[in-house]
Amino acid sequence: MAAKETLTGAQALIRSLEQQQVEVIFGLPGGCILPAYDPLLESPIRHILVRHEQGAGHMAEGYAHVTGRPGVAMVTSGPAATNLVTPLCDAFMDSIPMVAITGQVPTAAIGTDAFQECDTVGITRSITKHNELVMSADDIPLAIRQAFHLASTGRPGPVLVDLPKDVLQNTMTWHWPSDDEVEDSLPGYKPNRKGHSRMIREAAQMILAAHRPVLYVGGGILKARAAEALRELAELVQIPVVTTLMARGAFPDDHPLCLGMPGMHGTATAVTAMQKSDLLVALGARFDDRVTGRVNGFAPEARIIHVDIDPAEQGKVRRPDVPIVGDCRLVIEELVAAIRDLLAGGTVQADLSAWRSRVSGWREQFPLTYEASAPGAALKPQYCLEQLRDAAPDGTILVAGVGQHQMWSSQYWRFTEPYTWVNSGGLGTMGFAVPAAIGAKVGRPNTTVWAVDGDGCFQMTAQELVTASLERIPVKIAILNNSYLGMVRQWQEMFYEERYSEVYLSTEVPDFVKMAEAMGCVGIRVEDPSEVAPAIDKANSIHDRPVVVDFRVDAGEKVFPMVAAGCTNDEIMLHPAQGARREFLR
Amino acid sequence: MSGVNPNAGHGNHQVLSVLVQNRPGVLARVASLFARRGYNIVSLAVAPTDRDDYSRISIVVDVESASIEQIVKQLFKLVEVVRIQELDPRRSVERELMMATVRASAEQRGQVIELVNIFEGKILAVGSEAVTVSLDGSPEKIDDFEELLRQYGIVESQRTGRVALPKLDRSARSTKGKAG
Repeated sequence: MAAKETLTGAQALIRSLEQQQVEVIFGLPGGCILPAYDPLLESPIRHILVRHEQGAGHMAEGYAHVTGRPGVAMVTSGPAATNLVTPLCDAFMDSIPMVAITGQVPTAAIGTDAFQECDTVGITRSITKHNELVMSADDIPLAIRQAFHLASTGRPGPVLVDLPKDVLQNTMTWHWPSDDEVEDSLPGYKPNRKGHSRMIREAAQMILAAHRPVLYVGGGILKARAAEALRELAELVQIPVVTTLMARGAFPDDHPLCLGMPGMHGTATAVTAMQKSDLLVALGARFDDRVTGRVNGFAPEARIIHVDIDPAEQGKVRRPDVPIVGDCRLVIEELVAAIRDLLAGGTVQADLSAWRSRVSGWREQFPLTYEASAPGAALKPQYCLEQLRDAAPDGTILVAGVGQHQMWSSQYWRFTEPYTWVNSGGLGTMGFAVPAAIGAKVGRPNTTVWAVDGDGCFQMTAQELVTASLERIPVKIAILNNSYLGMVRQWQEMFYEERYSEVYLSTEVPDFVKMAEAMGCVGIRVEDPSEVAPAIDKANSIHDRPVVVDFRVDAGEKVFPMVAAGCTNDEIMLHPAQGARREFLR
Repeated sequence: MSGVNPNAGHGNHQVLSVLVQNRPGVLARVASLFARRGYNIVSLAVAPTDRDDYSRISIVVDVESASIEQIVKQLFKLVEVVRIQELDPRRSVERELMMATVRASAEQRGQVIELVNIFEGKILAVGSEAVTVSLDGSPEKIDDFEELLRQYGIVESQRTGRVALPKLDRSARSTKGKAG
């Protein structure tokens, strides 16, 4: 047995992170976390020094999105911890594995309103999967092992470990806990991965008997690394697939069974197919209000099979006929086996030809559309996206902020691989794109990473491009700059009688090209359609620093289709050019 | 998580017996979950169990505010929650303790003492104008006792909220509850 080794809490922390195979920490030091930054100097772990702690959190999320491994953010106490609140909540809403390490005032000062003290575990309790204030240096290795275990198993999510300064300074005897010790320390945590076999057989029968089935695929498919299993299921039973905003890329957009994104700005085909279906097979999806529209009018004739690893999602919004709690990949694999057994045993699948021709009719009648810009008029954002998409190298990762540009990105990109789409779905965090793109590029350094951002979003977190320049993380940012808070403007135009209140930003200030250059990036402005492709080519050819392309786009452009708040999905608003064909949506 | 007995509980109330790891902040976690999801707590009692690494929280919840199934599932997502039992009053034993200081002049003291004796309560302290009494029993018995004391004037009172355990089933070998 090895000799007992004495370490400081800070050394134990860094060694624990090394044991967890952490390759990168996004962070910013300060008073209470100072002890942890000293042993970091000797560690092989890369540290990326951010300009604002929110950036560290979103970078950790972007990293986790594309790698599937927990992203790590480390910051100090008080204001640094509160700056991490938004990314923690974002990660919680979108089930992103993340470990946050925060400094805390020394144990003797806790509760005295000491300098930079805040109740971090109290503040983050409802936006983390779990959090822990560690009161002894001896407890650090177990707390870190638990944090990674909790963040990355079951329904993934953020876990925060709060470390008082004296706990980091005190010494401890090094001990790395075993799997059994971790399990014993969490007696109430036993995620159920394997689905109930009777329920799976029942689901298999229901799928074969359905006349108008749809696979409703959510982000859980990606968390479970189940994209291949999903494809096998879809192709076996030839059932159309919709991929939610969190699941874009889980099923290839160019596959004949793919109907695209459902929901408030989903394709008319995806929205209507769900609405008219007689069986929705929800796979790692949570019946979010942006997908269902008014819940009591959602898919009224559909029976529901709901597969989710989180039992609390079963029946939270819509009561399933067949609930299956389990890991999506394992459940789908068993479902495929059960369907094969039934088919081999002589069960005949219901004839789907009528359903398929209805669905393909919608697809022909209601493709995504926009009006091309008139000569000399402002660029169309959709056109910029199409050009960006067509010029993107294979495997390009697309990251978006929140708003119109996010919806157009999801609509107009053609996702063919999982883990190539990073966005803030549940929380809708403006400012997500720039730092998340940086995190994604750190996780996938050999892949092109494009962030599509709005001019409103960009101004919330743009300073992280300084981080990207100095750390040599060559992300590419396309600002669809319409000088407005575009989505809010769209709502004011449509629902507030064009009374525009506090949505105009500016066409002149800031100068995004100069701003990019000041941050060490290449800045390119694009105002005319003829400049779009050359600018994109130039951006794609730069590999040694970040690039910002400022696309000046038409402020009047709106996102269609749209299901207005409070409406059912039957009341979907089509693009004005398609409105006359509405009757085909039956 | 197994199914939920829709008939359990009195009217709109249901008792959950929640076994948790005895760690700092557990009660805050449970309370903040109820607040965050808009569930109403009628009463709550918490104390360590025979094992000092576990505590038991007995929560009476208002099932008008949310489905008991969702409450149980959300509670079980808390990492430190080890086991949850939904206690059907017909198959559980429930107790509550009440202490009350009741106005009782020298003339009335005899009546109050008689009432306490009938209910098999205890006299904890006697003053010149008041007595402090206690009673433990089923929540319904305590309701009745409190009602009868009211005529004398209750100066102060405190009820613990109910605690409950499953009734021992003589025919079955175990009293294992739902483990989520």
